[in-house]
Amino acid sequence: MLELIVISTLNGLLFGMLLFLLSSGLTVIFSMMGVLNFAHASFYMLGAFFGFQLTKWVGFWPALLLAPLLVGAIGMAVERYGLRNTHKHGHVAELLLTFGLAFAIEEIVAMMWGRSPVDYRVPALLDFPAFTIFSTNYPAYKIFMLAVSILIFIVLLTVLKRTRVGLIVQAALTHPHMVGHLGHNVGRIFMLVFGVGSALAGIAGVIAGPALVTQSDMAAALGPILFVVIVFGGLGSLPGAFIASLVIGLIQTFAVALNGSLASAFGPLDPSAGPSVLTDIWNVTIAQVAPIVPYLLLVIILIVRPMGLMGTRET
Amino acid sequence: MTAAIEVRAVEKRFGNVDIIRDLNLSVAQGERHAIIGPNGAGKSTTFNLISGHIKPTLGEVRLNGDVISGLRPFEINRRGLSRSFQVTNVFARMSVWENVRCAVLWATGHRYAFWKNVDSLPEVRERTAQILDDIHLTHRRDVPAGLLTYAEQRELEIGITIAGGATVVMLDEPTAGMSHAETDRAVSLIRRLTEGKTLVIVEHDMSVVFGLADRISVLVYGHIIASGTPEEIRRDPKVKEAYLGEEAH
Amino acid sequence: MSAKTISTSTIAERSVGDGLRFYGIWLAGIAVLIVLPLIFSSGGSLTSFSLIGIAIVFALSYNILLGQTGLLSFGHAVHYGLGGFAACHMMNAVVSHGWPIPLPFIPLFGGLGGLAFAIIIGWVMTKRAGTVFSMISLGIAELVASSSLILRSVFGGESGISTDRTALPKILGLSFGPQLQVYYLIAFWLVISAIAMYALTRTPLGRISNAVRDNPERVQFIGYDPHVVRYIAFCFAGFFAGVAGGLAAINFEIANAAYLGAIQSGLVLFSTFIGGVAFFFGPILGAILVTYLQLGLTSVTGVWQLYFGIIFIGIVMLSPGGIAGLIMMHRPLVRAKTLPTVIPSYLLAAVPTLALACGVILTIESIARTHSGQGSPINLFGVAFSPASPVTWASAAILVAGGFFVARLSWRRVGEAWDRAATVARDRGYLA
Repeated sequence: MLELIVISTLNGLLFGMLLFLLSSGLTVIFSMMGVLNFAHASFYMLGAFFGFQLTKWVGFWPALLLAPLLVGAIGMAVERYGLRNTHKHGHVAELLLTFGLAFAIEEIVAMMWGRSPVDYRVPALLDFPAFTIFSTNYPAYKIFMLAVSILIFIVLLTVLKRTRVGLIVQAALTHPHMVGHLGHNVGRIFMLVFGVGSALAGIAGVIAGPALVTQSDMAAALGPILFVVIVFGGLGSLPGAFIASLVIGLIQTFAVALNGSLASAFGPLDPSAGPSVLTDIWNVTIAQVAPIVPYLLLVIILIVRPMGLMGTRET
Repeated sequence: MTAAIEVRAVEKRFGNVDIIRDLNLSVAQGERHAIIGPNGAGKSTTFNLISGHIKPTLGEVRLNGDVISGLRPFEINRRGLSRSFQVTNVFARMSVWENVRCAVLWATGHRYAFWKNVDSLPEVRERTAQILDDIHLTHRRDVPAGLLTYAEQRELEIGITIAGGATVVMLDEPTAGMSHAETDRAVSLIRRLTEGKTLVIVEHDMSVVFGLADRISVLVYGHIIASGTPEEIRRDPKVKEAYLGEEAH
Repeated sequence: MSAKTISTSTIAERSVGDGLRFYGIWLAGIAVLIVLPLIFSSGGSLTSFSLIGIAIVFALSYNILLGQTGLLSFGHAVHYGLGGFAACHMMNAVVSHGWPIPLPFIPLFGGLGGLAFAIIIGWVMTKRAGTVFSMISLGIAELVASSSLILRSVFGGESGISTDRTALPKILGLSFGPQLQVYYLIAFWLVISAIAMYALTRTPLGRISNAVRDNPERVQFIGYDPHVVRYIAFCFAGFFAGVAGGLAAINFEIANAAYLGAIQSGLVLFSTFIGGVAFFFGPILGAILVTYLQLGLTSVTGVWQLYFGIIFIGIVMLSPGGIAGLIMMHRPLVRAKTLPTVIPSYLLAAVPTLALACGVILTIESIARTHSGQGSPINLFGVAFSPASPVTWASAAILVAGGFFVARLSWRRVGEAWDRAATVARDRGYLA
């Protein structure tokens, strides 16, 4: 049991940090530009596939640098040539544009690399158990992932607190109307923010790819969870996104690890009653429920606290 | 007789900043009341507080004797208070006709009805036509509101505000940005349309204010420093100092 | 004075003419639905028509949200799917209990299924509009889709719930075994639903929904609670989506998890938006086109979904009014009789645009076929291209680059010609 708790906590933190790499970019883009980037998870997927391909060509370490840059460049192009032209048609059109992009990116990835998982392996340098707890070997690569995401977290924090752009971003988070007063710089700042946000998603993809499954539906699977994270944390709140990322990462990891069900806790129902919704719920294991846990959290938070954990504004 | 609007010791704080402090205002039934004051004095905030757009931190607002502070805008509107906006706030993609008709629907009791054909409601049609006629926009009835000229949009804004038949009408700078001729037209329009109603108006144009209002309140830094007839206000030394004096510079 | 009399008389004339044309269009639509299977009577076309009919009801229901109320939902298929399951369970219950409910009434129960879920979840969902609503709709859709795999007794797990439409009590001697009868059943419900949804736009609620879409803040100051308006609109959309789901359940005699999944939600969004949300007939066009493409493209190319995505992005960026918006743009030009001045520039622009499209298709197909390793030749307007040949790549590159630049130039000229024609139309008193 203790073993399970330690391992799941580590995995949960890891998943949570990955979620934050994605949700931080999504939150900043949303707060500054009013655009919910539906394709954000697609940039994550592109990161993973570019990482895979570049690893094949030039090795993992150059890929770790190149793939996010590539994804960031794509993100900037999307902002410059897509969103900026769509802006005049309103936020719905912008959201639809990113929705269409997400759809197209998934199809392009499927076309280039097929629909089944690709063989994106952990680099040999990190392919050893970091330590052993009880009977479980904890892979070094996961420690590496955790380290990278924490490192980026610290860099982000420093950029936000210390640089001019960081201050602008922070101001925009709390006072979205202020963004309009940035003057002629606004276009460049949007493009930069969008590019950095996409690149962060790209990094998450490169490092998560070998540990998780790199497949053309990975964006569609993660995207909705990201939305849950930023609604749950409170729109426009980076601390909220951080807490929500960790909470959802931990809850989901623990849920997957637990095999209990109501039946195992309280014994099986009387079989003569036949199959019903009750027996379905009675027999389902917590692990099977894991995929819907984030969405249940979403519904609960909407009823209890519609502005999210740390949110201050309604929209 | 109970006052149409009674604002008692209202305070509004945004963070640590007092935008409105100890605001007291009383508007009698049938009175035309103007609120004037320098920029940033809190005139629009006062409008927002009365109409339910924002909630006061302290104090209470009464409409015809009933407490309305804390109610939501549509609840206040249903009790007979209607307001316009300083920045034109119409339904841009809908025609002029539809704009006014939507504003008529609740008051004529059709509410959320989804079983009635909106085109075959005679009282709605007549009232809408009447209001379009009143605001001189009949010839523009099929034009999307977003394509009207600025002055026309301002007139439509007034039309939407009075369409529901509210007894208390609040107009936020109805003539802002208008030319002299347009302003004159708008003033006579307002005078005619608010006949027999209570009117609260925020205005920068002093000729409009002194020509239209029965009483005037002067708001400075979120506090009313004087209230009275146009003559009294004109003579009030505090007003001269705080407001009219500035204007003369 | 004289100008005023003229304008009022034209208004009166126009409303009489509009009235005739209005009923004419509806009657013509019904006539087409009746005659269509008599002209195209093959099994394949009957199946296609049935699917298109269902898609139209579904897309129209979606437009109650998107076009009428301004709510962009990413989870509309939830109501469609639940409607489908409700219809299947109802059909099975009718058969096993021997209730006297014939098949034509079943879509109603589908509608009630979709409505029930909308009533339960809608109040929380419609609290907020805009992007937040969109995100929440996606979350709820995922919740339902995932839950459907857990609640096996209701949703039948992966295999779904199947049913037999011919086992229900007969009405007018119809067994609903043959596809033709099913087609007419769908057409019947299509007409009823379309009339009902059109009528909804003409009610006080329909008009206030438009107002909520345009300016939810102002609506509060004319006595309405925008939340209530969104909620009621959401319920109507749920009901008619459920009807569409019920029709699908009858057509396929099965309901499964795919009905309420993300792909179905995406398709209805595509259909509605590509067709055009600002006009009632937009989603009808969109549903016809998207369903037709979906059925037609699958046999021609393995990457048909990519083409969908590209068409969709193109519409969002270039013509957010959709096809209906493009068509209706020309109405003032037609009325002012200035349309012929634009047509030459259209024809001129069509050539490079077509070249660009061919280039894009060649590029996509050669990449797709090379990567999937099939290498079958690409047949483009009767010309065969080998996906692996450098000739194909070169021609694709030339078509894309050349087509793009020439198309840009020629579309600029279209814009100029259009502006001139529109100015003339405006001067003659025909507004957009």
